Amino acid sequence: MSGQSGDRYWQRTSALMWTMLGLWIFFSFVVHFFVGALNSIVILGFPLGFYMAAQGSLIAFVVMLFVFARRQDEIDREEGQAEED
Amino acid sequence: MSQNVSRGDFISNLGRIYTYYTGGFFAFVIVLGILEQLGVPNRWIGYGFVFLTIAVYAIIGILSRTSEVGEYYVAGRRVPSFYNGMATGADWMSGASFVGMAGTLFLLGYDGLSFVLGWTGGYVLVAILIAPFLRKFGAYTVPDFFAERYGGNAARMFAVIVLISCSFTYVVAQIYATGLIASRFLDMNFEVAVYAGLVGILLCSMLGGMKAVTWTQVAQYIVLIVAYLTPIIILSTQKYGIPIPELTYGQALQEIASLEKSMVEKGLAAAASLKPHTQPFTTYDPLNYFALILCLMVGTASLPHILMRYFTTPSVRDARSSVAWSLFFIFLLYFSAPAYAAFSKLEVYSLINKATQLADLPQWIYTYGKIGLVKICGADALNVQSVIAACGKIANHAGVLRLQDLSINTDVIVLSTPEIAGMPYVIAGLVAAGGLAAALSTADGLLLAIANALSHDIYYKMVNPNAPTKTRLVVSRILLFFVAVLAAWVASTKPADILSMVAWAFSIAAAGIFPALVLGVWWKRASTLGCLVGMALGYGVCVYYLVGTRYYAVSFYKTWSWLSSATPAAQAKFVELRNAWMAASGPAKEAAWKALDTQAQTVANWWGVRNISAALFGLPVGFLAIWIVSLFTPAPSKTVMDMVDATRRPRGETILRDKDAAVQH
Repeated sequence: MSGQSGDRYWQRTSALMWTMLGLWIFFSFVVHFFVGALNSIVILGFPLGFYMAAQGSLIAFVVMLFVFARRQDEIDREEGQAEED
Repeated sequence: MSQNVSRGDFISNLGRIYTYYTGGFFAFVIVLGILEQLGVPNRWIGYGFVFLTIAVYAIIGILSRTSEVGEYYVAGRRVPSFYNGMATGADWMSGASFVGMAGTLFLLGYDGLSFVLGWTGGYVLVAILIAPFLRKFGAYTVPDFFAERYGGNAARMFAVIVLISCSFTYVVAQIYATGLIASRFLDMNFEVAVYAGLVGILLCSMLGGMKAVTWTQVAQYIVLIVAYLTPIIILSTQKYGIPIPELTYGQALQEIASLEKSMVEKGLAAAASLKPHTQPFTTYDPLNYFALILCLMVGTASLPHILMRYFTTPSVRDARSSVAWSLFFIFLLYFSAPAYAAFSKLEVYSLINKATQLADLPQWIYTYGKIGLVKICGADALNVQSVIAACGKIANHAGVLRLQDLSINTDVIVLSTPEIAGMPYVIAGLVAAGGLAAALSTADGLLLAIANALSHDIYYKMVNPNAPTKTRLVVSRILLFFVAVLAAWVASTKPADILSMVAWAFSIAAAGIFPALVLGVWWKRASTLGCLVGMALGYGVCVYYLVGTRYYAVSFYKTWSWLSSATPAAQAKFVELRNAWMAASGPAKEAAWKALDTQAQTVANWWGVRNISAALFGLPVGFLAIWIVSLFTPAPSKTVMDMVDATRRPRGETILRDKDAAVQH
């Protein structure tokens, strides 16, 4: 079960998890630390800092999850850990 | 066997079935719209919406009845990820999200966006840390995982306690919301509406368990999203000619900003009380803003009624894509809520900026004033005379509506938008039906989570492990019935406190469940004792902070005054009130205590963290306790380690297999 490929599978899975977690921290918190500065940029009437909290981060979360589902499935298949179709 | 064939047919025809359903729903709205034009009274249109939609949900529930354990608990693990995403959306979005969120954004501006962020971003944690692994595990309930991973029924019991404490108040609030929506906006009697909602919920969930709840939630999602988006799409088209409100409200934001300036210049708004809509941190300080986001997100990833939805997908792969679809469907509503807020604010600010005479206020103010949701000059806006009388009591009032005179309940924003924009009543009825769908679907999911924990975890796993399938299902249904009736009864007493306690559910779930759940998958070394101590301490600290700062604020402050962020002035006031209370006697003592307690609630805190974000303390305590205690106790057995390994890999059979379900397939 935990042979060579098994370990590599979990390493790759963990690496993907940490990447996603990093992006999550960025879009949940870090980008909003700069709301004051971002608000001076206005696009289509939206101050950017406000826009990031109202829409930007949300769009990022949705896209991240579809990308994650796809990437993890690729890892599953490449490492021979995927379920049968 | 014949049942299996017909079920296969149902799953492969889902697209067609729900397309017909959606078309039928639109036709139904159009028919009601025509009836309205023909002069059918509004009240009948309203009843039509409530009873027909509830009847449809009930029919779906009855058609999905089942006598199989696997169908009852996890819908046979056959729900495609797209539909499971819709069902999760309905499960997730509560009556309060639907009705109250836009109003919160209206009142708080940027700071209210912490709810928008907090109630969406948590799904990232669900997908990357939890859901696929729980699906592979093959549990029926979240406590199942705790029992297998952490050596038995003690961990199971802890998980059940946390589950019930975060779910019960939540379900009461949903049933309460049902009554509120129906009574306020359709003029029904509150108690009648509560019990009508109860019947709807029971018919949806009792006969078919998870299977029935899943297919009704999909139907409810369709109703709620149509209801939410229709009014603002019309509004956006009317105002800006583009039917994409999420794009056009940028212009509304600009207009709001210039109105804010203009109102202050004209003396129609006090600069001190005006919170510029897009300016951050006018209500919350940054610490509380980010703490709230964190607690809501981690809470999302720990709420059992959400996690159990991912037990129903056909595969681990589907569980992952299902989380993505869930967030997509939730996103559709949450990224539209700020548009509602902006359009309403523009409307209200324009009204004030015109220096409207009190005698010329628009009709909607009185419509909602009569049911206590709009106050002008501190009194319910019943009619022109009452408004003029109330404002007459204020010194130097010029008889013109000012911003500080107006106070609007958060529920009004969504429900009044159709009327403010001059849309026909049928749209208002549609919005009410959407609010009901949101409240009912969340109540279904929560009730099922509670009843399953009682019947599967307590009765079957702990009391009577040899119970035959039939008995288990009978017990499940009886428990579901009693939990639902109890929740409806509590809701019918209109408990004010329960409603404010709903927001606590997120912190309780986060602190009690999240650390042990995540470490259970991601850290093999986490031991049974570590889990038990971590759950107890995380949950304990969180509940201590919640209850202490709310109900025992005076003694909490006395114990922890050195950690309080209260200003010297607030502290001095506390001391002064305490002396007054100690000096008082007789009936005055009670009033003095009340004043003291109210003041204490504003100063009782650790570093100024509001109690809604109690998990900010519970979470690190939980993680640390599991880590430290695990390192000091023996590592889990080889069996458990192997089981964790298997949980991490999608390939292969699920780890838990129900013996009855296995026989039946």
